Amino acid sequence: MNNDKLIIGGHEFNSRFILGSGKYSMKLIEAAVKDAGAEIITLAVRRANTKEQESILDYIPEGITLLPNTSGARNAEEAVRIARLARELGCGNFVKIEIMRDSKYLLPDNQETIKATDILANEGFVVMPYMYPDLNVARDLVNAGAASVMPLASPIGSNKGLATKEFIQILIDEIDLPIIVDAGIGRPSQACEAMEMGAAAIMANTALATAGDLPVMASAFKNAIEAGRKAYLAGLGRVLTRGASASDPLTGFLRD
Amino acid sequence: MENQFFVDSEHLSPEALEKKHRLENEPSFRKNHMEYMSGMEIIESDVCASVMSQMNSYDYSKYTAEDVNAALEHTTCTIEDFKALLSPAAEPFLEQMAERARLETSKHFGNTVYLFTPLYIANYCENYCVYCGFNCYNHIKRMKLSVEQIEKEMKVIADSGMEEILILTGESRGQSNVEYIGEACKLARKYFRMVGLEIYPVNTDEYKYLHECGADYVTVFQETYDSDKYEKLHLLGHKRVWPYRFDAQERALRGGMRGVAFSALLGLSDFRKDALASALHVYYLQRKYPHAEMSLSCPRLRPIINNDKINPLDVHEKQLCQVLCAYRIFLPYVGITVSSRESAEFRNGIVKIAATKVSAGVSTGIGDHESKYSGKETDGVQGDEQFEIDDNRSLDKIYQDIADEGLQPVLNDYLYV
Repeated sequence: MNNDKLIIGGHEFNSRFILGSGKYSMKLIEAAVKDAGAEIITLAVRRANTKEQESILDYIPEGITLLPNTSGARNAEEAVRIARLARELGCGNFVKIEIMRDSKYLLPDNQETIKATDILANEGFVVMPYMYPDLNVARDLVNAGAASVMPLASPIGSNKGLATKEFIQILIDEIDLPIIVDAGIGRPSQACEAMEMGAAAIMANTALATAGDLPVMASAFKNAIEAGRKAYLAGLGRVLTRGASASDPLTGFLRD
Repeated sequence: MENQFFVDSEHLSPEALEKKHRLENEPSFRKNHMEYMSGMEIIESDVCASVMSQMNSYDYSKYTAEDVNAALEHTTCTIEDFKALLSPAAEPFLEQMAERARLETSKHFGNTVYLFTPLYIANYCENYCVYCGFNCYNHIKRMKLSVEQIEKEMKVIADSGMEEILILTGESRGQSNVEYIGEACKLARKYFRMVGLEIYPVNTDEYKYLHECGADYVTVFQETYDSDKYEKLHLLGHKRVWPYRFDAQERALRGGMRGVAFSALLGLSDFRKDALASALHVYYLQRKYPHAEMSLSCPRLRPIINNDKINPLDVHEKQLCQVLCAYRIFLPYVGITVSSRESAEFRNGIVKIAATKVSAGVSTGIGDHESKYSGKETDGVQGDEQFEIDDNRSLDKIYQDIADEGLQPVLNDYLYV
């Protein structure tokens, strides 16, 4: 258990909670680091594109890995440009690809995401693509050089939980990279469930940002993610979905 | 009581006065407002027909408290639900609507409030829009900033910390042509992170040019979606052509702009129908251009120089709040801007419910930012204002007020790519 590390692109992390970028505030960053134990914090490059008095970069504690995202990109070309800008701004080599051609649901464009992953992985980025959970796309992302695959659980910001559960399970079963569940996780129990399924980490933002007590919710997520991870590593026991189980076997009367 | 819009300036020549009176009194003297003028691009689009058929058939008196309750219970707000929320039957439900609106706003925008400031670079106008301070018959100090003056204004604004600017002109192609506006956009790109435009509607290729100059957002107010009423308020000039204005946002998107903004000027006509049409204009265009960022404003009529009696009639703060809550519930992903036409108290309250963007450090005059921001008397000539504003707060003050409400003021969340 103590050696259980999250490894992304050769980098090791102890925490399996990643803070998303949706609803940023300094209080949120503080709670995510202190109470949820986050070691990776997403940063929208477009929000970092600001003058000194507001720069979010100043509020990121030392030792935290920045994960700049490409939100605002509408195609692969724009995502690549934003990723390069992030590197110029000193945000490191990690990049989360977000490409949306839809301003209503903010659903990711899988095809453009594959293209951007290919280009950026070749340029030496640790590429973490946000995607709609589709096995064929996930395989293409692996081949394109992704460092992890980040399927959405439900529409971003919706707090609706694991609406795509069956498809995320397929990715976990079939893809050798860390599967990080991103978007839609609204409560600790949902994060726990995804971790029990074998997800490598959880990314969340709205669930914390909109909670009544931010630090308490952050620590609830930490506990839930750790519990889910332990359950996964322990190997889940029988889960009964129908009827009861007789303590004496029903077929005990059979003699040969 | 209708507004009394007609004011005769003593500075008008007898000929000008005669033409003005004929425009006001003889409908046949006015050009057909549904007919395009030469040079105006016509695009194929079904958006207008969809919006108009909904607006024309909207009978808000038929909705009941039951319909409003049902609308508030639905997870997804349908067009029918939205119509109920805009109806008089919803007025007693304002608090419940505000609660639902606040929930939707926080789901989509968290606790952020974006800040911007407008910069008027010219107030020449070739139109006679009877309610507007810039109208060509209104005797005001006219001015057009030179490129050097624009840069000076931008420096003053940028020094205040502002990162988003909205460039405005009066509607005069002659005085402020597309090239002139393009130069202003190029300058703005130097001083600001985000550049928006609120100018006369132009053709797709001109929007494309302005986009290449650095602008990425276009605001066009339809004023009123009731074309018959529109005809009686916009008596002269290219702005009179109602359908060309209606398609402006679609041309802007085709020209490569990232986002477009919409509004009716509440108080000009039946505000419930105008609010319905404004939101449906957004709704149908979003379905056609799903990548585009959309936003709505909700200006109410304000007094102007030489006519201090203009007012928003039956659109009181309660009605305005109802409209904004209904917008938010129907279009949860859309930005909502509340301008300095409204009071500081109203704006402080509405950012907690539905609005996601407010202006700060506002002047609707020309070339007066230095004197307004520093209190310094300047010897430069200044142009008069388009309308009276209500909220005079500086950027620093609004920033602090928003933060004090537990919200997060944001100066920029945008990249030009």
